[in-house]
Amino acid sequence: MVPVLLILLPLITGLVSFFMKGENGGKAWALASSILTLLVALGGIFLYNQPAHLTYDTSWLTSVGSRFSVGMDGMGKMLCLLTAVSFPIIFLATSKNNYKDSGSFYALMLLTQAGLTGVFVATDCLLFYFFWELALIPVYFLCSKWGGEKRIAVTFKFFIYTFIGSLLMLVGILYLYFQTPAHSFAIKDFYALQLSSEQQNCIFWLMFIAFAIKMPIFPFHTWQPDAYEQSPTATTMVLSGIMVKMGIFAVVRWLVPIFPEATKYYSHFIVVLSVIGMIYASLIAIKQDDIKRLIAYSSIAHIGLMAAAIFAGNAIGLKGVMVQMFNHGINVIGLWIVANAIEQQLGTRKFSELGGLAQKAPTLAILLVIMAFANIALPLTNAFVGEFLMFNGLFQFNVYVTAVAGISIILGAVYTLNMVQKIFYGNTVIATENAKEISGNVQLALVVLTVMIIVLGVYPQPLINLTNDTVKAIISVH
Amino acid sequence: MNAIILSALLGVVMMFSGIVIKSKHAIVSTALVCLVILLLGNLCDTYGCFSISMDLHEMLAFNKFGQFFNTIAITATLLYVLLSGKDIVKVGNYPAEYFALIFFVLCGVSILSAFNNLLMMFLGIEILSIPLYILTGSDKKNLKSNEASLKYFLMGAFSTGLMLMGIALLYGATGSFGIEAPVARQLSNGVQQRAPILEVIGLIFVFVSLLFKVSAAPFHFWTPDVYDGAPSVFTSFMATIVKAAGFIAFIHLFEGRADEMESIWKMLLVLTIVATLLIGNVTAVFQQSVKRMLAYSSIAQAGFMLFALYSRNDMAKEGILLYAVAYSIATVGIFAILIKMKDYTFDGYNGLAKTQPLLAAANTVFLLSLAGIPLTAGFFAKYWMLASVMKAGGSSAIWLIVIAVIFAAVSVYYYFRVIQAMYFKEGNAETTEEISQGFKIGLLIMSAIIIILGVFPDALLQWFYF
Repeated sequence: MVPVLLILLPLITGLVSFFMKGENGGKAWALASSILTLLVALGGIFLYNQPAHLTYDTSWLTSVGSRFSVGMDGMGKMLCLLTAVSFPIIFLATSKNNYKDSGSFYALMLLTQAGLTGVFVATDCLLFYFFWELALIPVYFLCSKWGGEKRIAVTFKFFIYTFIGSLLMLVGILYLYFQTPAHSFAIKDFYALQLSSEQQNCIFWLMFIAFAIKMPIFPFHTWQPDAYEQSPTATTMVLSGIMVKMGIFAVVRWLVPIFPEATKYYSHFIVVLSVIGMIYASLIAIKQDDIKRLIAYSSIAHIGLMAAAIFAGNAIGLKGVMVQMFNHGINVIGLWIVANAIEQQLGTRKFSELGGLAQKAPTLAILLVIMAFANIALPLTNAFVGEFLMFNGLFQFNVYVTAVAGISIILGAVYTLNMVQKIFYGNTVIATENAKEISGNVQLALVVLTVMIIVLGVYPQPLINLTNDTVKAIISVH
Repeated sequence: MNAIILSALLGVVMMFSGIVIKSKHAIVSTALVCLVILLLGNLCDTYGCFSISMDLHEMLAFNKFGQFFNTIAITATLLYVLLSGKDIVKVGNYPAEYFALIFFVLCGVSILSAFNNLLMMFLGIEILSIPLYILTGSDKKNLKSNEASLKYFLMGAFSTGLMLMGIALLYGATGSFGIEAPVARQLSNGVQQRAPILEVIGLIFVFVSLLFKVSAAPFHFWTPDVYDGAPSVFTSFMATIVKAAGFIAFIHLFEGRADEMESIWKMLLVLTIVATLLIGNVTAVFQQSVKRMLAYSSIAQAGFMLFALYSRNDMAKEGILLYAVAYSIATVGIFAILIKMKDYTFDGYNGLAKTQPLLAAANTVFLLSLAGIPLTAGFFAKYWMLASVMKAGGSSAIWLIVIAVIFAAVSVYYYFRVIQAMYFKEGNAETTEEISQGFKIGLLIMSAIIIILGVFPDALLQWFYF
């Protein structure tokens, strides 16, 4: 029942929110809803976590052979937790942002949450596809309506990109469906498939392209920086904090176990693509003059490492991916919160127009520095654990690739520290002269994130234990 | 049988009602009552409580599938009159006749869903087409409407000629007008004898003429001009109910006959499907007028419906029913809103979400359905088509599906342009008149049907199998 609640709560509160009028309509409602969801998630994952509570199955599309069946394994729990934790923080941190027609804005945000949670818990492939799209469509409306100047064209590109991906995935799903002996979409029937290598090599790509676009992996990434830049920041946080995890998640859940041979066969190719993406994105990030674009490119680099570690195909790398999925979500949301706080207060995101902010807003500076350290995976921050495990896995896969990928760590330090320096140090400029300290809400959100960053950096074992069962299951079929 | 007889009779009733009833409003109400009678009559037939029957010498054969399709067509017409009835009577001075013609079209539809003989098919197509030629030209003082009507008539007559020629050849080859392939073609050693070339050519002629009727490429050239020129209310009717009926006839005939054409069939069909998808989708992208865009999109949707001919299995039949419902309802809704707009270009929709939030929301649901986005009926319509092709298998199946989904992604481009205009662009979209409450309720019902079918398509299909 827990997964169903996690989907239904945001879905229903979201639909209600459409009817909330007024300037701040839906704001408090959405926050309350997301906190309630968080409580359910915490309760479900840590207290009532017997299998009977975590799965639910009922008939839905009898004539298609699809059932409404959801369940949580370790990875599902972890990502549901990430989703449930992120939304209240996002709502809290952006509570000073004003939106025209805000009832609809929060409604769409909550619908996105329902879609995302659904993706992470679906154990029926068609249901998974439904949620995959349900997560996308509200985001399309969010970005197109409340985004920046170029929002319509940029969001459309993003939508078409991902929509082509999803349709190709649908073809793949259909093919697999007709291969199952009992004609069903259930995950266990998909896992039981014994496909020939020819079949695997062909269908693998149909599914992989969808996931690669979502992550995004080089060369499917071109929609991403523009979309992150033009989206309203609250949506960008969802996009980069949680939605990109959909791609990673889907590879681990729906690709590797179904196409073990093809995964092995193409692993070198994909690892090389990912590493190219890491270096390429890091180099571009160095040249950026806009906080949002810098974080976007840095995100591509981090995702590239996760993709490479999955296809390295060993347990330690996969453990790293699991940990990092959660940690990257938190860290990148922290960075966006800082970016949003700066933009809201000073009206600019350009480094060339910023400087000396540390004198005016020391708390913000301290918190950003911690986020920045986490972004470059300094030891004692949470990201270090994940990156260390992933590099370890990659090292076992191929030494040379690891060496090249390692350059991105240095490049990451270059662009992140450069950002910190340009925004916070030096002399104050016109924009930052009258800057004030950040508001209590934002501070609270950032402090929560900081605590999580440090606790998970010092004691990551619970997170690793949580996802152990998934890692074992995936590696056993590999 | 009920549907055929009732629709013909009610058509006559409607024709003469114009003499008695002078108020335009009352005529719409009469038409609605007649449609409800027709619907009930057809339902009685389906569930076997009352049906007119006579000896038809096997010219017509009634089955569940056909009757179910009649129900869909009549219900769609009912919704169409409910929404656009007021606009139909505005087209000209003799409103009762338009409704009479619509009933005659429905008569043609019910013959097409039941024919068991090539001549009946021909009759059905003609009964369906001739009222449409008149409806297209019903805006008598508009030059474009006249041009469209003439064009439609000439093209239609040409394709009818082809069809007759094909039927004649088939008769020559087999000595029968039956739609089933001749049985006595088994040789003594059990090997199937090949169909004579005369029969294959006959089938190709009929195939081509039917492609004309459903506006599949490369026989689609009449479609944009006719759809654009005809009064918008009638375009809506033509593009939905009539088109779906064409497909029913198509499937009914070629279900049993396609195998006689052997490899030629697959080749012709695949080429047609790909060409239709390509031309429909790509041309729609470049349109500036929403009405013309819808004309091309209807060609593109025809491409998807043609998949039912490729697979020819149970799933395809279910799929075509779902498609008929999803596509008809969505298109009727979009046209009903289009008719209310002052400006038919994409820019004419700018800011509609602000001036008419409900219209914009309903239009969005319809457009999402046409684009095949999940949680709308359109998704399952497309899904069923693709799944039926996958089920039918064959080496080209998966590539055909991949091509189809790529074009489905292209279609998102032009459908979403309308959504973008309504929601994200600044403007002051104007409607020609005050939008009535009844109209809004009608739109709400139709959006609800689309969404319910998008979540529980079984609701419709179980009814079919009840």
